[in-house]
Amino acid sequence: MNWLKRAKQGIKTWRKKEVPDGLWEKCPSCGEILYHKELIRLTSVCPKCDFHFRINPSAYIDILTDQSTFVETDGGIRSADPLQFRDSKKYTERIRISRRKTGRNSAILTGTAKLNAHPVSLAIMDFSFMGGSMGSAVGEKIIRAARQAISGRMPLVIISASGGARMQESILSLMQMAKTSAAIAAVSRASLPYISILTNPTTGGVAASFAFQGDIIIAEPKALIGFTGPRVIRETVGEELPAGFQRSEFLLEHGMIDMITSRRELKKTLGFILDSLMCGVSTRVEENYQENDRKTISLIW
Amino acid sequence: MENQDNKILDFEKPVYEMQNRIEQLKREGSVNAGELGRLMEKLNELEGQVYKDLSAWERVQLARHPLRPTILDYIDAICDEFEELHGDRLFGDDPAVIAGIGRIDKLRLMIYGHAKGRNTQERIRHNFGMAKPEGFRKILRVMRMAEKFRLPVLSFIDTPGAYPGVGAEERGQPEAIAENLKQAFNIKTPILVIVIGEGGSGGALALAVGDRTFMMEHAIYSVISPEGCAAILWKSREKAPEAAASLRLTAADCLEFGVIDGILREVHGAAHRDPQGNAAMIKEKILDEVEALGRINPDSMLRQREEKFLAMGIFEED
Ligand SMILES: [Zn+2]
Repeated sequence: MNWLKRAKQGIKTWRKKEVPDGLWEKCPSCGEILYHKELIRLTSVCPKCDFHFRINPSAYIDILTDQSTFVETDGGIRSADPLQFRDSKKYTERIRISRRKTGRNSAILTGTAKLNAHPVSLAIMDFSFMGGSMGSAVGEKIIRAARQAISGRMPLVIISASGGARMQESILSLMQMAKTSAAIAAVSRASLPYISILTNPTTGGVAASFAFQGDIIIAEPKALIGFTGPRVIRETVGEELPAGFQRSEFLLEHGMIDMITSRRELKKTLGFILDSLMCGVSTRVEENYQENDRKTISLIW
Repeated sequence: MENQDNKILDFEKPVYEMQNRIEQLKREGSVNAGELGRLMEKLNELEGQVYKDLSAWERVQLARHPLRPTILDYIDAICDEFEELHGDRLFGDDPAVIAGIGRIDKLRLMIYGHAKGRNTQERIRHNFGMAKPEGFRKILRVMRMAEKFRLPVLSFIDTPGAYPGVGAEERGQPEAIAENLKQAFNIKTPILVIVIGEGGSGGALALAVGDRTFMMEHAIYSVISPEGCAAILWKSREKAPEAAASLRLTAADCLEFGVIDGILREVHGAAHRDPQGNAAMIKEKILDEVEALGRINPDSMLRQREEKFLAMGIFEED
């Protein structure tokens, strides 16, 4: 079901899930009492302490894209259960619960939209769908978003929110790291910008693949970003973790990301970056084709 | 020298008991050549039985066997010459992965892989094959050099995973792995990958994007270790054997899911039972595969590599 249709039918449930649907919200960071509608207007960022509430893909669409320009693609892609995996629960059961909870078929929403008048191929991960974990469905949707960028000569924007690769698809999940990397490499060869936006959290196999392959990497404030989670590092290596370890500010200091941008400024920042990086794209792409013919951009794209 | 007895797994004890008996008989001179031949045949048979139809957990134990040949053993046995190359030119040299220029007969190639070490001392020096960013960046440097000088690449996979440490994260563990994965799709030279032991998570994959991937019969390949998976999903590391079975991490599973191109049968039941024999088998395979890959035009090779990985995954679509 496409997103617009879902919105019309009123099953856009994110406000219930991520930001409680009361009239008032309490900021979990500073305790400030905030009027719900005002919080939405502020892109779910606390005006007192800048705490970023977790929001779902539909909310990012509202915040980032020009009104009514988003068109969902590949919404019918969903997880299979190739390993017939079961732990305390069956994998199929976990998927069913997540689908019901989010109204989405997978842990990622993809589509095309306009962002400050730029057509973009957009992919937004949904942490509330099995921790935003990447299995075959997420991997496939990422490569289709990349393909869409290349065929439409559009920039690719991916917003990550994920604990990493999905254990229930084991080796197939691991391979999605390589698969998505192949797609990002192709976007890069096509001279199209790929902007990667890291939100809380972006870790594991998602961090170690497309999330860190952006031409420009932007993080939301105080997001947890890393390969191995802090608990595992503390437990397995017994090292003391420095203050602010694996938070956006720590990564900026260590040269791992380009910038930290408040969600309230995100559209403006993206707009400026796309204005700048896209202004030479048509000539660049043309040159690329002439120079390399079909060598650099293969036929499948 | 380390005591070999505590390195033998329970289920393979019958093999070692029989082997010890035969050796004792030989020492005593109490058997003739004919009887010895029959006993050796029986030992062969027993190896065939003991290392067949293993549970996933038993294979995990074999993949991590303390006597299992490592990249260092294979390089020693296969290469006529090998010169190791050190460092990422950015921060340091990570001994968890080794890289170098090798010669096998007339074939010149770049060889790299995870190094677990062959004894306690070596294992500590090589950090049990758990690479840090500088390790992955050393591999990328060598990968690019291989392309520049048109040398094929041979990659040995054998790691529990990337190193989970503060310094590794500070220096960009996710970026280092991600960059290797991306650049592997731009490297215009044949890449042959052999999973010889543990293919653990992103730390393994960072060296494992290539044109052909083979797994040793008892190697494993998985998104997370059985212990890690058990800790998260079963809330207990003790459930690792159950997790191992659920993760479908054996070579046969990976072949079934279209992730690898073939399985290399281990000589004498398991690689550690006959390291030389297994190295000889691998050597033949390397020479054949590199020759075959060398016949493919570099541009179509890159395209095939890309298509192969793009096709991986199983999902449904409405
Ligand atoms: Zn606040």
